[in-house]
Amino acid sequence: MLKVKSLHTYYGGIHALKSVSFNLPEGEIVTLIGANGAGKSTALMSISGIVPPRYGEITFLGRPIHQMSPDRIFALGVVQVPEGRRIFPLLTVTENLEMGAYLRNDRKGIAQDIDYIFSLFPRLAERRHQTGGTLSGGEQQMLAISRGLMSRPKLLLLDEPSLGLAPVLVQLIFATIEKINRENKTTIFLVEQNANMALRIAHRGYVMESGVITLQDTAANLLNSEKVKQAYLGI
Amino acid sequence: MTAQISPFIRRAVSEVVQSLLVSCWFMFLTFPIMVIKVNPLERTIDWQWMRLVWIGVAVFPLSFVWRYLMRRKEHGGAQDGEESWQKRVGDRLRTDRKISGPLLALLAVFVVAFPFMFSSYQTQIMISALMYVMLGLGLNIVVGLAGLLDLGYVAFYAVGAYSYALLNHHFGLGFWPALPLGAGLAAVFGILLGFPVLRLRGDYLAIVTLGFGEIIRLVLENWNAFSFGPSGIAGISRPWFFGADLSLGQHTVFLYFIVLILVGFTILVVNRLRNSRIGRAWIALREDEVACQAMGIDKTRTKLTAFALGATWAGFVGCVFAAKTTFINPASFTFMESAIILSIVVLGGMGSIIGVIVGAMVLILLPEYLRAFSEYRMLVFGASMVLIMVFRPQGIITGVKQHYRFGQKESAQEQGERDAASA
Repeated sequence: MLKVKSLHTYYGGIHALKSVSFNLPEGEIVTLIGANGAGKSTALMSISGIVPPRYGEITFLGRPIHQMSPDRIFALGVVQVPEGRRIFPLLTVTENLEMGAYLRNDRKGIAQDIDYIFSLFPRLAERRHQTGGTLSGGEQQMLAISRGLMSRPKLLLLDEPSLGLAPVLVQLIFATIEKINRENKTTIFLVEQNANMALRIAHRGYVMESGVITLQDTAANLLNSEKVKQAYLGI
Repeated sequence: MTAQISPFIRRAVSEVVQSLLVSCWFMFLTFPIMVIKVNPLERTIDWQWMRLVWIGVAVFPLSFVWRYLMRRKEHGGAQDGEESWQKRVGDRLRTDRKISGPLLALLAVFVVAFPFMFSSYQTQIMISALMYVMLGLGLNIVVGLAGLLDLGYVAFYAVGAYSYALLNHHFGLGFWPALPLGAGLAAVFGILLGFPVLRLRGDYLAIVTLGFGEIIRLVLENWNAFSFGPSGIAGISRPWFFGADLSLGQHTVFLYFIVLILVGFTILVVNRLRNSRIGRAWIALREDEVACQAMGIDKTRTKLTAFALGATWAGFVGCVFAAKTTFINPASFTFMESAIILSIVVLGGMGSIIGVIVGAMVLILLPEYLRAFSEYRMLVFGASMVLIMVFRPQGIITGVKQHYRFGQKESAQEQGERDAASA
């Protein structure tokens, strides 16, 4: 579905991605794990076009997207849920969700999707009139993922959804990610530090170290790989 | 017994001591302007010590009031109930048709009858107040909705005024065709400014826009061949009214109605814009730029439309200004104007239309009606600005939040649900 070929991305003079290549097959959950500063988030930002790559190629459903503006890429169905949630603090939960459906015009479909999201996360339904800033960290993460779903994406890019959450909430969030993938056939690219949780729900995994992909395999194999166990699972 | 009274006494003493200190501080602060009076003819200094005493006596009780209000404000924030009567009155006025209908009708009658009820001087003041309402509403798009701090807004005002003045001077173009042209040119300048500042936010954006405002003014001041320099352009035609030969007073009344209609038009358009798709994009952009991009909003276009649409209203008002004064020069377009317009938006309540209207009325009418205070007028003006910001940091009209609803039906339904929940 999405193919990334020898991608190089820079932040000013800093070479953040050094010839990164990977594939996201349709309907799968693919995870990218690695330590802080490995370049995981940069890979996501490059796909969504917010930090455009300098060299390399990204094709989505056969179309090159690496030179498109973020809004064009979004319109194709590639939606990023940015790191640190970044919900709109002064808008209510419902309004935040409606912002996610910014490019859509079908009122009925939007209302249906909001109902679907409230069934996924009943907590959000309870708090629908509260402003985003008053939600707890976990609720904000639920809202951020939900807001990403509102545009009915083909590919959902999740950046560290477990960041700063209690273990119970992390489990809830990951279970829901799995559910979204199963029920809507949404392809999901999951960037995570929590390698254990991410590899449990993913089909495939990539391991990144200082801007380079060092390992790639099915998630099950990676979970059992000695190297991953030592470096990321702490077993 | 003494154990019970002593904390009370201790508090009273500390209050009095505090007030005394505040009085002394104010006496010290106002000493140069209140006490020293130079007599330039006799080259002597009159020491007006009695005034110092008056300041002290006046400040002493006021400092009690001040501290009481501050304390109440803090409690109000915590309990959320103190201010509720204001909100209740506001909601009642807005929702109850029985009250809002006649009130609006009364207001409309008053506004229409205004130039016939009051003198030409009063009408002139009201015209400039209404012009600032428009300027405030225009800047409100850029600052209040899109969250882009623009300190050079006066530049677009100047573009509008000079477009009309120059077109009139060289080609004899009348007010009516010049009005859309001036607005259009201002919009073009808005986009021109918008392009280089797309990447900037906050403080950096403010500095660049400030520079832009000054550049426009300096160009107008120095490019004699184009803009006639500091001497300005005189003899600009007044608006054409079916070829009728109006007296000065009639012209004022006519201009009043032109401005009134333009204000109505502005309110209508700004209100529609705010609830539109682009309005939502502005609000989202103000809150979080990265999230905005992740929602598929075109950042470039959204920012540019905010600048362009904001500038358009300044262009309109610029034309009206040139027609009103029939003479313009660069001195009318200093940074002070930008600052006043920005104050209108901030004091009135960012993002709120009614807030901006009230803000403009207070900021433009107050200095006029304070003329009775002669030399202290700007002092009182400044003090009232400080007071508003201390006690109503969100602006005079707050609670803008509920205006940001999109999807009318759903909001009515939500309202119903909320009522049911509270009942």
